[in-house]
Amino acid sequence: MATAGLSAQRTGGLGAAWRNPRVRGIIYQIVVVGLLAALIAFLVNNTITNLAIRQIRTGYDFLAQQAGFNIGEHVIPFAPSDSYGRAIVVGFLNTLKVSILGIIIASAIGVLMGIARLSSNWLLAKVAMVYIEIVRNIPLLLQLFFWYAIISQLLPNPRDALVPVPGFALSKMGLQMPALIYDPGQTPLVIIFLISMIAAYFYYRWARRRQAATGREPKLLLPIIGLIVLPTLVAYLVLGAPLHFDVPTFTRFNYQGGTSITPEFLALLVGLSIYTGSFIAENVRSGILGVPWGQSEASSALGLRRGQQMRLVVLPQALRIIVPPTTSQYLNLTKNSSLAVAIGYPDLLSVTNTTLNQTGQAIECISIMMGIYLVISLAISLFMNWYNKRVALVER
Amino acid sequence: MRLKCLALAGAVAFVLGGTHLASAGPTLDAVKSRGAVKCGVNTGLAGFSLPDSQGKWTGIDADGCRVVAAAVLGDATKVQFVPLNAQQRFTALQSGEVDILYRNTTWTLTRDASQGLEFAGVNFYDGQGFLVPNSLGVKSALELDGATVCVQPGTTTELNLADYFRTHNMKLQTVVIEALDQLLQAFEQGRCQVYTTDKSGLAASLANDLSNPGDYTILPETISKEPLGPAVRRGDDEWFTIVKWSLYAQLEAEEAGITSKNVDEQKASSQSPTVQRLLGVQGDMGKQLGIDNAWAYNIVKQVGNYGEMYDRNVGPSTPLKLPRGQNALWNAGGLMYGIPVR
Ligand SMILES: N[C@@H](CCC(=O)N[C@@H](CS)C(=O)NCC(=O)O)C(=O)O
Repeated sequence: MATAGLSAQRTGGLGAAWRNPRVRGIIYQIVVVGLLAALIAFLVNNTITNLAIRQIRTGYDFLAQQAGFNIGEHVIPFAPSDSYGRAIVVGFLNTLKVSILGIIIASAIGVLMGIARLSSNWLLAKVAMVYIEIVRNIPLLLQLFFWYAIISQLLPNPRDALVPVPGFALSKMGLQMPALIYDPGQTPLVIIFLISMIAAYFYYRWARRRQAATGREPKLLLPIIGLIVLPTLVAYLVLGAPLHFDVPTFTRFNYQGGTSITPEFLALLVGLSIYTGSFIAENVRSGILGVPWGQSEASSALGLRRGQQMRLVVLPQALRIIVPPTTSQYLNLTKNSSLAVAIGYPDLLSVTNTTLNQTGQAIECISIMMGIYLVISLAISLFMNWYNKRVALVER
Repeated sequence: MRLKCLALAGAVAFVLGGTHLASAGPTLDAVKSRGAVKCGVNTGLAGFSLPDSQGKWTGIDADGCRVVAAAVLGDATKVQFVPLNAQQRFTALQSGEVDILYRNTTWTLTRDASQGLEFAGVNFYDGQGFLVPNSLGVKSALELDGATVCVQPGTTTELNLADYFRTHNMKLQTVVIEALDQLLQAFEQGRCQVYTTDKSGLAASLANDLSNPGDYTILPETISKEPLGPAVRRGDDEWFTIVKWSLYAQLEAEEAGITSKNVDEQKASSQSPTVQRLLGVQGDMGKQLGIDNAWAYNIVKQVGNYGEMYDRNVGPSTPLKLPRGQNALWNAGGLMYGIPVR
């Protein structure tokens, strides 16, 4: 300390500055950032040099080249003659498809099972508990194999497919269904249907406001269904739009045509929903337990039935506790969907990995994949943060 | 597996970042100081590379690794086998996790020219075929319009498959699963009606993986050329040359009639200049490669010539029952042509 003091005296201002913790902090930070930047620059430079030495192709122009491989299922049309870029988009949409549906179903399972676990009905509570404890404690990958094996084991060969309704066929190849073929003659119907939906929404808002103002609850269900269905139905009867279906028909090996739900998609969706649902159920349970018992008693004293208590008083308050951890479950579900590769569902990871292998461009493909997963995760987070703000307790 | 693959790919960047200061020909130095060849092989393909009940790797690819170890280290047992699936293999080689990739890998232009590797030869000439259950009642691949086909990703197989169906205007549905056992399970359960891969792979699965091999038939068509061979990292010419000539040495030995049984006798008494050069009695062939002059002697003594290796692993007396066919020597109607060792 003494020497430091002495040298500080000798060097004057510089030493004084060094003894100032704020200045020192800034200097440290500059040094760390500088070193980090130098390290990154070194790695990037070396990587580029080495890729060149080994003659490994670099750059993203492969995205425009013909992919040459087939993809089992796709939301947008895809053929092997399409590009790698399009293949990756197909994988991305497949990931979105299974994630969005999975999030919806997992949430429904989670809410039901979370409430059931707190039920005063002994059997119901135990069933919910067993479900949660079993499902949460078995690795997801095993569960996916399980569902996939069940589906492909139980269902018959396409030749002996189950045909519950003509046009629908259930077999090891999945569920084949008729697809509606779009015809320009249907456009007025679609427009009328959309308008009816909007009208129904406004009716709902009006009804709510009226209930708030008068205390009386206008009829909801029938008018809304009527508003949505009737105009379109009348228009269909009057205008008579042409409806064509692409009906699956059996050719030599399989049903061809129409649309289908594949066993891979089904196994993944069921597996992800059931697995994530068990975690959400625990979030729901802790959320409900976090609402003071007095709230239930008070609402019960006001004459609300059990269902109403839950729906109108407890759940809205519990949401504050439920939403943040459930957001992470949604993110988990989306990321876990990449296990698809094990049971052959062509998700983003599976398709991009194949692209990586066929082109050998590891760095490019991995960067694309990380970028896309990051964007999906951020989008979910942003949405859930917005929702969380909406349900958060407004303190007065 | 999948994670490992990603991690490997991620590691490429860093390893590539780290190694370019080393001198030319670092692989031989590394192998010598390690005392073992790191060899990337198939996780389990009968006849090519498959661990037996004692955990010893068997197969023509596994033996290929031993050939290099015998040439370089004088001891065919000095091999570290690294099992790799189709998706991991190139990344593992690029990132330096293995010194050679000996994993029924097809030599193609893209792989040779733009993926940071180089093929050092062909140890098995193959072609792609289709396996179908007899109950499907199919006699030719041209009848497969609309069938569902099981195929592994990251292979030439899936590309040839799409090409073939496109060319013949047939509708294709695929089930693509990375792990072979999962894929074959889907095939056996009827999720797909056809399984396609290299014909040697079909024979291997019939011999080793499928529970009722009698229920399946390989269709007559061969829809592609699959020259399978060892690959090494690009840019290490010394190592590349050694791997290449180890294979030729086996072919030359077979052509000259040298086998693991008679190699000592040949070395002691053969008057043929070809044999003398090959076995290191005359000349400095091994030294020119930067390895021991007894390199080819060690190969033949410890692993055998090409024909012995073939017969032991995939030949007619093995479960795969593959006739020599295209893999016979050039002077016996095949494509195997050893380059002169002189
Ligand atoms: N020769 C082809 C195919 C190689 C390949 O991976 N074949 C499959 C089917 S025989 C295989 O070895 N699978 C074994 C495994 O993944 O464990 C290529 O190089 O792309």
